[in-house]
Amino acid sequence: MASATPPAPGRSRRLSDRGLAVAFISPALLLLLAMSVFPLLWALYLSFTDYSATRGGPAHFIGFGNYTAILTSAQVHQRALTTLIYVVGAVGLQTVLGFAIAYLISRRTHGRGLLTTLFLVPMMLSPVVVGLFWRFMLDAQFGVINSMLGSLGLGQVEWLTRQRTALISLIVVDTWQWTPFIMLIALAGLTAVPKYLYEAASIDRASEWFRFRTITLPLVWPLLLIAVLFRAIEAFRLFDLVYILTNGGPGVSTETLSFHVYKVAFLGFNTGTASAYGILMVLVVIVLTQLYLRYLNKLKEG
Amino acid sequence: MAVSVDEAVSTGPARDRTPPARRLGGRGRSVLEVALLTLLAVVMLFPVLWMIETSIKENRDVYAIPAKFFGFTVTMDHFKDVFVAPGGGRSALSVSFLNSVVVAGVSTLLATVLGVPAAWAYSRFAVKAKKDQLFFILSTRFMPPVVVVVPIFLMYRQVGLIDSKLGLILIYAAFNVPFTIWMMKGFVDEVPAEYEDAAMLDGYTRLQAFWRFTLPLLVPGIAATAVFALIFSWNEFVFAIFLTSSDSVRTAPPAIAGLIGGTTVDWGLVAAASVVFALPVLVFAYLVRKHLIAGVTLGAVRR
Repeated sequence: MASATPPAPGRSRRLSDRGLAVAFISPALLLLLAMSVFPLLWALYLSFTDYSATRGGPAHFIGFGNYTAILTSAQVHQRALTTLIYVVGAVGLQTVLGFAIAYLISRRTHGRGLLTTLFLVPMMLSPVVVGLFWRFMLDAQFGVINSMLGSLGLGQVEWLTRQRTALISLIVVDTWQWTPFIMLIALAGLTAVPKYLYEAASIDRASEWFRFRTITLPLVWPLLLIAVLFRAIEAFRLFDLVYILTNGGPGVSTETLSFHVYKVAFLGFNTGTASAYGILMVLVVIVLTQLYLRYLNKLKEG
Repeated sequence: MAVSVDEAVSTGPARDRTPPARRLGGRGRSVLEVALLTLLAVVMLFPVLWMIETSIKENRDVYAIPAKFFGFTVTMDHFKDVFVAPGGGRSALSVSFLNSVVVAGVSTLLATVLGVPAAWAYSRFAVKAKKDQLFFILSTRFMPPVVVVVPIFLMYRQVGLIDSKLGLILIYAAFNVPFTIWMMKGFVDEVPAEYEDAAMLDGYTRLQAFWRFTLPLLVPGIAATAVFALIFSWNEFVFAIFLTSSDSVRTAPPAIAGLIGGTTVDWGLVAAASVVFALPVLVFAYLVRKHLIAGVTLGAVRR
């Protein structure tokens, strides 16, 4: 432990510093160990067993049985595909929309603050409130969306009770809630672009599109990428909105991986399988987090 | 020939000159942009307005086909129902609101008390494997809640924390500590370490220097961070629904979600409860609007 002993006068101070660091950091780390790491290790242990929370009884060690069962299950592949469609669809849509709104706002000089604040409201609401309210608006009978479609002379859509439209509805609602997030980050990037770059470009009589492509986009891109990555992590682990809006249905059309884990764990009570499932999901999140951090560091250095 | 947009302001009829869309005159383009922005703002805000409208509508107007945008009877009955039980006395919803206040408040306090000193220590000292520790802290925040809730459920069942406010407080604090550390580290980094060095030259200990000189400068940052933690705890649903079951413990999100359990749904009541529930969040969000970017990215990106 005692490597390279420091000179005497500084020593006591440095030691007390270390004591202070330990005293200040360890309570927080202990809480995380107790509430995150310990449960996760427990889940890791359970993932190698056939334990069931309702059946009780001893857990039997079954090796990688749960993992191979999950990775080869056609059901899980189906859920993974649903999750992929949802994540790509929702994050893609909100990136395009969020960036467009940010771009439009950044070109305004008046009312920028007010506009930004108004646009941010959806993001602040609880997923429960958002889910419930959209459920009401998308109701096939008396929902306001169908009502508006009707008055436009268009047909009624069974938004939440048809397989294909249910997934689309989920994507739409998630996009509604999280477009403001992308907008906020993109706006920060856009307002940070130095004015003189544009001035130089307009002296060179560069076209609008050229300026956008060579000045705006490259400067905003890293920040936008972080926003996308962040949203992808969040969308991948999404549960509450699915639970409230569609409850995974109709059939299994909106059953994402997160929702499937819940069903396996709390409806099927196959705790062991659910744990293995969870561990695999955590691995995916850790990879995504690594990427997120890598870009962050790049951004901070640049 | 590339013409800058500013020079291409045309007052004449644009159609005659058949300009390419990209070179649309400055004013026409500006009008188009404002129109587009207004349309987007209306679409984004409509659900919120519809929620507020529904909360003050008579029931027969709530279920009117086609939907009534104007000319409905205004009533405050739904808001009354949120707080007062049908037979008089406090409603289950109002109890859940109170639970939310307690759980969100205490968990935020706990996360702040644990997180701020840790953030300071990470910012000031050479801690072993600092980067790995910070990555670990961040990654706990990103774990899928449904995954963590299974072992937490089993653990709580063992120690008797199931269906208790303390159980929720602990898990929310644990989820807010990473956020607090990451966000506060940014704020601490902005306070020059020289202040503390100078104080120590004056004979203060390191702890005193932190307490007397750095901490007061961090207060605005702490307030912003705490508000974000508060919003998170206030809105949280997954742990709340799986770790609590009784009306006396349940927080507001599962209680509001519980309103749609039956065959018929009282959407007026749902709307009123949602409005009451969302109001504090919007006020809080307004208070921390300057720190929004740092807040929503866990403090990792600052403007």
